[in-house]
Amino acid sequence: MKARQRRILFVALAVIAVGLAAALITVALRSNLNYFYTPTQIIAGEAPVGELMRIGGMVEKGSLNRKDGELAVQFTVTDTKAQTIVRYNGILPDLFKEGQGTVAKGRLQKDGIFLAEEVLAKHDEKYIPPEIADTMKAIQDAKQEKAQ
Amino acid sequence: MKINWFKYSAPSTFYPLTHKLVPVFAGLAFLLIMGGLYWGFFQTPDLLTDQKQYYRILYVHVGAAWMSMWLYAVLVFWALIGLIFNTRLAYMLAAATAPTGAIFTFLTLWTGAFWGKTSWGTYWDWDPRMTTELILLFLYIGYMALQSAIDDSRRSDRASALLATVGLVLIPIIFWSVNCPDPNQCAALHQQSSMSQVEGNIRIAWLVTALGFWMFAFMVILMRVKNIILQREQHTTWVKRLICSNEGQQ
Repeated sequence: MKARQRRILFVALAVIAVGLAAALITVALRSNLNYFYTPTQIIAGEAPVGELMRIGGMVEKGSLNRKDGELAVQFTVTDTKAQTIVRYNGILPDLFKEGQGTVAKGRLQKDGIFLAEEVLAKHDEKYIPPEIADTMKAIQDAKQEKAQ
Repeated sequence: MKINWFKYSAPSTFYPLTHKLVPVFAGLAFLLIMGGLYWGFFQTPDLLTDQKQYYRILYVHVGAAWMSMWLYAVLVFWALIGLIFNTRLAYMLAAATAPTGAIFTFLTLWTGAFWGKTSWGTYWDWDPRMTTELILLFLYIGYMALQSAIDDSRRSDRASALLATVGLVLIPIIFWSVNCPDPNQCAALHQQSSMSQVEGNIRIAWLVTALGFWMFAFMVILMRVKNIILQREQHTTWVKRLICSNEGQQ
């Protein structure tokens, strides 16, 4: 075997090994790395009580509750299958809205209520102005009506 | 027409080529970035369905993020060519790519922090997409550190090329964490990457600016490799002749 062929073989083996490592890490991250817990997981008892963790989901429509003149809020986070009540005392981000995604960091209490220390808002990857969004929705609705 | 590619694999013939290419890429980069940013700031909607003016940071943020990953692939490509064929120029190109890649990675994290503060409500969170991008920055820094830690350039080239190849692991992980096929499997704060639900003018400004970033990368990498060639080949006769002829002109 010539020196160059040996080097090519070495490099090919290295690239294959690295590729395998990448695939394994991706699979491991998917199953192990829990960036946040969903309300379903919390109700199933998978989330640790009293430890700092994140909860993620949608803010349920009509669940946002705030007393006048106070910062304290209460809302429900849902993943459509289960719900968790979240209490928070602080300023909510600009994009925080009912029906939008949220990620809250805090501690789960024994009574199943989540005490948040930080509340973040999620946004989607749609970069369209409201007018176009409205027309697109109207077209979709019309299509659905036709289908029915 | 047949181009003899191997002709340009010698530093002495590649050096004059960079003189011709740098102004071309500089002009293209200036026109595309200026045009893209103009279009992005003045010809696009001010208000989106759920974001306000600050969404415009995406013209810099997404282009920089693309370049940060792409340049790493380019770096590994040259490192592997260097390992296989033992060519000096390939290692020089790999070394010249690293600082530009690191700067684009930093730009991604920096612009992302400002965008994150206004939209999500935080500068930083240990979201998988952000964390992997931060590791990429450390990888670039590690490559550059190893390159400069060993004095013998032939040894430092080979050692850092190996490090770069091992770091290739990260690129598909970042890519799949942003372009996750099933959102239920990858919980994250960062939104997905998608081109389908983007208003036309925003998409044009975004792609033109990203292309401009690419041209800018070509320009600075060629400028840097020019210096590396002169530095590493300073004892050869062609460099000495070049310096003598330059002094003769002055």
